[in-house]
Amino acid sequence: MKHDKIERNVGILIILTMLAISAGGLVEIVPLFFIKETVEKVDGVHPYSPLELRGRDIYIREGCYLCHSQMIRPFRDEALRYGHYSLAAESKYDHPFQWGSKRTGPDLARVGGKYSNDWHTQHLTAPRSLVPQSVMPNYPWLIKTDLDYSDIQGRMKALRVTGVPYSTSKAEFDKNVKEFGEETAKNLHIPDAEKNLIAQAQAGNYDTNPDKLTEMDALVSYLQLLGTMVDFRKYDDDYFAKFR
Amino acid sequence: MSQDNKKVTVETTGHVWDDDLQELNNPLPRWWIWGFYITFTFALVYWLFYPAWPIGHTYTKGVSGLNNVTYVATKVDGTQETKTTHWNMRSKLMVEMNELKAEQKPFFDKVASKSFEDVSKDPELMQFVNSAGKTLFSDNCAPCHQAGGQGKIKFAPNLTDDHWQYGGTYENIETTIIAGRNGMMPAFKAILSDAELTQVSQYVLSLSGEPHNAAAAKLGDAIFHGDKAGCYACHGADAKGNIAMGSANLTDKIWLWPDVIGAKTPEAKLTEVKTLIYGGMNKGVMPVWSTRLKPEQIKLLTVYVHDSLGGGK
Repeated sequence: MKHDKIERNVGILIILTMLAISAGGLVEIVPLFFIKETVEKVDGVHPYSPLELRGRDIYIREGCYLCHSQMIRPFRDEALRYGHYSLAAESKYDHPFQWGSKRTGPDLARVGGKYSNDWHTQHLTAPRSLVPQSVMPNYPWLIKTDLDYSDIQGRMKALRVTGVPYSTSKAEFDKNVKEFGEETAKNLHIPDAEKNLIAQAQAGNYDTNPDKLTEMDALVSYLQLLGTMVDFRKYDDDYFAKFR
Repeated sequence: MSQDNKKVTVETTGHVWDDDLQELNNPLPRWWIWGFYITFTFALVYWLFYPAWPIGHTYTKGVSGLNNVTYVATKVDGTQETKTTHWNMRSKLMVEMNELKAEQKPFFDKVASKSFEDVSKDPELMQFVNSAGKTLFSDNCAPCHQAGGQGKIKFAPNLTDDHWQYGGTYENIETTIIAGRNGMMPAFKAILSDAELTQVSQYVLSLSGEPHNAAAAKLGDAIFHGDKAGCYACHGADAKGNIAMGSANLTDKIWLWPDVIGAKTPEAKLTEVKTLIYGGMNKGVMPVWSTRLKPEQIKLLTVYVHDSLGGGK
C-alpha cells in the first residue's frame, strides 16, 4: 500500500496503527493462553468468600495496590523476605489481579497469618503507632464505617461472568463441593452470600469488635487470606520449576 | 527559513503540501543502522540460549546443553535429587538458595544439634545467632513487639524485662513462637455489679501497691477469691498468674492491657483496671510461626529473644 494513500485516509491509518501497537501485546500475551504450563497445577486455590471479596474491593477502592504489590518474584532476596515466589495459579480467580510493580510498602502476597487481626486493625487505623518509620497513610474510617454488603450478590455474579465458579444452582454447588470441599463451596453459593458474609465476620471477629460489621472486618479477612491457600510443604522443591 | 526551502538539494519523498512544504528523504545514520543489525543478531543468539518462542502448547527452550541449569531439589520426603533443565528463573533460584543454605549450614547445624544452653555458651555461634536473630526479629517480631523488643502497652508484651506471661525459659519461648498464643480474659459485665467491679479493681490495684481504697479492696479480695467471679481460677489464689494459660501476674508493677503506670491519678488507674474487667479482652493473639519459619530459625530466634533481649528464668 502506498505511503501516500495511508497518510491521506484516516480510517486506514487508525486500523493499521492499532494493528502495529497491539503486535507486542499479542505476541507476549496470547501464547500464555495456549501454553499448558502457564497456570500451575496446585491444590488449595479457591475463589474468595463473600466477606473476603468485599474486602478485596475495599483494598482496590483505597488504592492499596498503588504502594503494595502482590507478586513475589523468584529472586533470592525476595524469597528470604517474603517467602515462596507467587504462582500464577494463586491469582487465577483475581479479576483484576493485584500483582503490581510499585513497592513503596512491602509486598503483600504472603501477608496472611503473619500478623494478628488486632495488629491489622490497629495498623490500618494508625500505622505509625506500630511501625514508627512507616509512611503509610492512616485509614481511620475503615473501623468506623459499617460494611455495605447489599450488592454482594451482584459483585459475585459479575465475577461469575469472567469465569470464577460462584454457584447459583444445586448442580453447580455440587460441582464446587467436589472441587473445593463442602466448607469452601458453601461460601461460593451466591444465594447465601449475605448469610455467609455475616457468619464469617462474626466467627472471625477480624476488627476485634464483635458487635459491629465494619469495612475493617472485610479488609482484614482478605489480608489474612493472602498467600495462605497453597501449602508449599506438600510439594517438592522443584515441583513448580516444571512449569517454566 | 521559509525562503531557503527552494534551495534544498536532498532527495525528497515527492510529497508536497501547501505548495512548497516537502518531506526530505535523508538516509538513516550509519551508527543507527548498525545498532539495528546488532539487536537482530543479539536476538538470534538469545534464542539459542534462553526460552523464547511459543509453539502451540509449548515453547522453544534454547539449544539443549548450551545454557542448562543443574540444581539439587529436596523432595517432600526429605530425599535429594540432582536435575538438569533448560534455563529458567525458578530452577536458577533453587541453585542460589542452595548456595545460601550451604553457607549457613555449618552454623544452623550447630544451633540445631546443641542444647539451648550450649548455644548460649558458644561465643562464636552467638555472633551468628545475634546477627541472624536480629534480621529475623526485625522482619517478623518487631511489627508487634517493636524494634528493640520493648513491646507496646495494650498491644504486645515487653520482651526485655524478666516478666514472662507464658514463661521465659528457652522451652517456653520456643513453644510460644512455634504455636502462637491466644490471650483472652472473659468480660465480667454480666457477672459483677458496678460496685463489685469497683471493689475487685481496688483489690487488684492494692496487690502491686498502687493507690487504692483499703475498705473497698477488702471487699474486692472476697470477690477475687469467691466463686461468683472466680478470678483466682486463672490468676491464682496468690494472684501471681499462671504461665500455663498466660494469665497475668497482678502482684508486680508490670501491666500490659490496662495502662496503670501511664494513668497518673488514682481515679484513672481505677478506670483502666475496671474497664478491662468489665469488657474483658480477646486480642492477645500471637500468630503461629511454624508455618512461616523453619525449625532451626525458630530455635535461633528463641536463643536471640532469651539471651539478647533479656529472657526470664
